[in-house]
Amino acid sequence: MTTKLSNAQIAWRAAQDIDDGAYVNLGIGFPEMVAKFQPPGKQAIFHTENGVLNFGEAPAEGEEDWDLINAGKKAITLRPGAAFFHHADSFAMVRGGHLDVAILGAYEVAENGDLANWSTGPKGVPAVGGAMDLVHGAKRVAVITDHVTKDGRPKLVKRCTLPLTGVGCVTRVYTSLAVIDIENGRFVLREKLPSLTIEQLQAVTGGELLVPGPIADLVAPEVS
Amino acid sequence: MDKTVADLATAVAGIEDGMVLMIGGFGGSGAPIELIHALIDRYKATGSPGNLTIVNNNAGNGRIGIAAMIDAGMVARMICSFPRSADPRAFTEKYLAGQIGLEIVPQGTLAERIRAGGAGIPAFYTPASYGTDVAKGKPVAEFDGKHYVQERWLKADAALIKAELADRLGNCTYRKAARNFSPLMAAAATLTIVQATKVVEPGEIDPENVVTPGIFVNRVVEVADAKQEEALMREGVAYA
Repeated sequence: MTTKLSNAQIAWRAAQDIDDGAYVNLGIGFPEMVAKFQPPGKQAIFHTENGVLNFGEAPAEGEEDWDLINAGKKAITLRPGAAFFHHADSFAMVRGGHLDVAILGAYEVAENGDLANWSTGPKGVPAVGGAMDLVHGAKRVAVITDHVTKDGRPKLVKRCTLPLTGVGCVTRVYTSLAVIDIENGRFVLREKLPSLTIEQLQAVTGGELLVPGPIADLVAPEVS
Repeated sequence: MDKTVADLATAVAGIEDGMVLMIGGFGGSGAPIELIHALIDRYKATGSPGNLTIVNNNAGNGRIGIAAMIDAGMVARMICSFPRSADPRAFTEKYLAGQIGLEIVPQGTLAERIRAGGAGIPAFYTPASYGTDVAKGKPVAEFDGKHYVQERWLKADAALIKAELADRLGNCTYRKAARNFSPLMAAAATLTIVQATKVVEPGEIDPENVVTPGIFVNRVVEVADAKQEEALMREGVAYA
């Protein structure tokens, strides 16, 4: 029985909600996996902060063109109908409400929609990149994350304790255990692993789960 | 009019101690490596220019480009969004030792501050960073029910830019995703210096294809065999 979804399965689940033709920004790292799992017949157009729309998969090793990279500095390829633009236009797309979805990672998500995903505290070198812009403007700001931290503490919390990336910005969270919407300052449960009771899920969630009715099963194929 | 100069040393003349310097590029894409290295050469020979403030998305990678400037001791302060890279040692060591300053700016805010600097807009409001530590001390205002943070323009004494084609009037095109911040920086600097992989005669770039109009450019130098920062990184090159 599935006790938790793998990162690939979380990414797969998030990908199922992306419409054909949607303009999408995927945060660097784990969220980049979402691009691999677009349903057949649905083709999103991916945006990267450094000035490319409609990029495709990574090139074969040895075929990289290092002037053609994504925000994670990884080599990419172009799809037919791609476009280049400068950074001010790129962030006009972000803040101007032109992206349909941004999918980001998280250290903490609060029930009021606050997101913390850029700093784990005052130690080390701070680095924010485009995250503080991306949480504003996209029509949907979704988070993909493990449901709990490596040492078992909830990542979905009543209020964030880590430095915020944005306030009241997250609309949906895809975790290793559940799909949860954030509405009117509450966690609203939409899907959960069939092997989990609502009580078990609540026990590893930092804020109260609103259960609006029958909850759909969260089921993902074996993907990697 | 002819904005071309004969060599890299001439191209970077006039960049002096304490200046604010914008450097185009996002990671290795668009990094004007040869102009940067020409500046390092002058610093090593003369001890100037030092005490520089560098504006770039990142804070150097490996032992070339901006990282090599930091290693050489030319940089007092970085203004950037993401001072991490595959090999951020040069910046990280100096930062943790308190030997280099850092102003961290959200990436879209950095771009817009530079754009505003070039466009004569002293301040603007953005939703980015509202309610976060990055917004501390900045004026906040509400427009149509949402909160925004006031940000100031950013200008520079000089900008170093890598273009693909430039004509003798300074009109530029860029290669693929290498344009990123460069068109914004070209407008925001008092002295904009372009290294172009190919210099052409006026008229050879179709006006429809000009990305940076020559009015924003002061000097052009041809660097036909321009190196790509990421390629140099992978070869393990150190500029020291």
